[in-house]
Amino acid sequence: MPEATNTREAILSRIRATNPTADAAVCTSEYQAIERAYQQSASMDRASIIRTFIERLHEYDANVTETSVDGIATAIAEILNTHSQKSTVLADNFKQQFLPADFHCVRESQITKEQLNTIEGAISECEVAIAHTGTIIIRGSRQITLLPDRYLCVVSESQVVETVPEAIAVLEKFAAEPLTFISGPSATADIEMTRIRGVHGPRILDIVLVRD
Amino acid sequence: MSIRVGEAAEAPSFQKAALPLLDDTQLRKNVRHATDVITNKRAIVVGEQHDWQQLRSAASAIKEHTLRHLDHYLLQFEAACTAAGGHVHWASDADEANRIIVDLVKQYGGKEVIKVKTMTSDEIGLNKAFEANGIHPHETDLADMIIQLGHDKPSHIVVPALHKNRQQVREIFMQAMGLSELGDKPEDLTNAARHYLREKFLKVGIGFSGANYLLADTGGVCVVESEGNGRMCLTLPDVLITVAGIEKVIPGFRDLEIFLQLLPRSATGERMNPYNSLWTGVHDGDGPQHFHIVLLDNGRTRILADPESRQTLHCIRCGACLNTCPVYRQTGGHAYGSIYAGPIGAILTPQLFDMQHSQSLPYASSLCGACYEVCPVKINIPEVLIHLRGRVVREQQSGANIEAMGMKAMANIFASRRRFEAAQRLGRIGQWPFVSEGWVKHLPGMLGNWTSVRDLQSMPQQSFRSWWRDRKKSAVAKEKADA
Repeated sequence: MPEATNTREAILSRIRATNPTADAAVCTSEYQAIERAYQQSASMDRASIIRTFIERLHEYDANVTETSVDGIATAIAEILNTHSQKSTVLADNFKQQFLPADFHCVRESQITKEQLNTIEGAISECEVAIAHTGTIIIRGSRQITLLPDRYLCVVSESQVVETVPEAIAVLEKFAAEPLTFISGPSATADIEMTRIRGVHGPRILDIVLVRD
Repeated sequence: MSIRVGEAAEAPSFQKAALPLLDDTQLRKNVRHATDVITNKRAIVVGEQHDWQQLRSAASAIKEHTLRHLDHYLLQFEAACTAAGGHVHWASDADEANRIIVDLVKQYGGKEVIKVKTMTSDEIGLNKAFEANGIHPHETDLADMIIQLGHDKPSHIVVPALHKNRQQVREIFMQAMGLSELGDKPEDLTNAARHYLREKFLKVGIGFSGANYLLADTGGVCVVESEGNGRMCLTLPDVLITVAGIEKVIPGFRDLEIFLQLLPRSATGERMNPYNSLWTGVHDGDGPQHFHIVLLDNGRTRILADPESRQTLHCIRCGACLNTCPVYRQTGGHAYGSIYAGPIGAILTPQLFDMQHSQSLPYASSLCGACYEVCPVKINIPEVLIHLRGRVVREQQSGANIEAMGMKAMANIFASRRRFEAAQRLGRIGQWPFVSEGWVKHLPGMLGNWTSVRDLQSMPQQSFRSWWRDRKKSAVAKEKADA
């Protein structure tokens, strides 16, 4: 398409005309020289970091269940029981040993989005979590963590970092994969600036926090 | 080129548009309530972020650096996005962008599109272009739905329906969704939206979004949202089309560590908004299998060409300047006649038009500086406002209008002491019919525009200079007499 090519060249040449002294050769060194004086590493001890993470999740109206590795299956069973949840979808890589015995579920790759819409809840792990903002970050699994009304995420204590920059550093190697940052259940503040839980995404967010 | 910013070219002046809005007590109450809530929340979460100023400085430096190497970063983004299976398109103006997008929708055989909130699509008037081509766009952001279903216009860049309260939203929903019953609790209203849109999310095959950040190093796109409607549009359809201003590119994935801290705290007063989505081209088995992105100029390279105001392009559309602005808080967003309201709109809209329209907007400010104070990327809005007022004046001077001629005559008088003192003498004599008790309250003709809203103190009988001269003379006379 010659016209499209022309537009691209025209925009680029308009940009170049405004930056006559810009030198692409020094672009990288200029970028690296940008001062980043903000906090980039943890300042609190581990116990405080985990406490902050839990507090922030509670402020978003997320439920937090603390357990040990051996207790994950029981914790999941109890949570699903309180919701009387009958149908569950699992992330493909979710470990079988974390599941309660005789657990009835489907895996995400075996199901269409229409079927997914009728399932009550989803379970997955996260890649990293941020205490400072109460955020969990999921690699892939975008549809299952969205369509069902309840989402349960298993977070291990060692995955929780204090700050946003630490989490971004962890994610750097997955930067080209689909990533979703989740901070509490779906919400809106569009009506009179009041945060209302649950618009289109899951209305219930359960975090199973696995202590070391 | 035909630059378009919504319908701003046809809008009346700010001063004219503001008057009826100031009489709308319900609207003012809604705007005041919403902006109060949001500024208080923002103050709390910004206050607890001890490195806020360092984050602002780094963000500002990154934006400045990116604009300086914008061609390089756009090309890097294009290469990376294309390598990941995305298609990159370039559009000089609104019409070209609309044409590309409409053609894509037709190519994929779509009659409907589900849309994530994007100010850029409002800027180019995309919904009109869709409708003119028989394509139905569904706005899925709650506030955008309120605007679309109520045939209204956005009044805020983050919370477009901020001027409506819950009762008004209830009425709009009941009518548009054909509901006979609906509560007016925010929960009832969000529930109605959830049911109304769920089927559309599952059935409509084409999603449309804007972008908060384009990552040059990975070719990734980041969308920041709250409700999950964004995630629905970004992951459920088979085709995804995104439009983004060329200034949305940032050098790398790493820079998200700054912007993801600044934006939610500034925009909604949250430590983090519920959802951020990041994708790079297409991902096998996860989300849309066809991805197109349109990079839009529409006047941005003109702003880039003005070294004194290019900082306008640092904007990350958080809306903090609107919420804190004493002018916006009185009028709401509609007075600005543009989809970009408030202080940032007052500098962005006229510049996108190369100052041909919206010339009243740089005056819609008291220059108090509150907007600069809260800006997460340190845009010195008052500085740009003054710069633009200068451009407006210079442009008007080139034409023959009475005010410009008067100003030229004034400059001529002020340039010479002799002329200035002569003018003072004339003024002292000429003012007497208008002075009452030391004040001038009404002046005739054009000068009456000034005195209709302000009183002038009358000129004193003697100026300081002439008093000083007389004082010296009388001292000399006194010395002589004493001698």
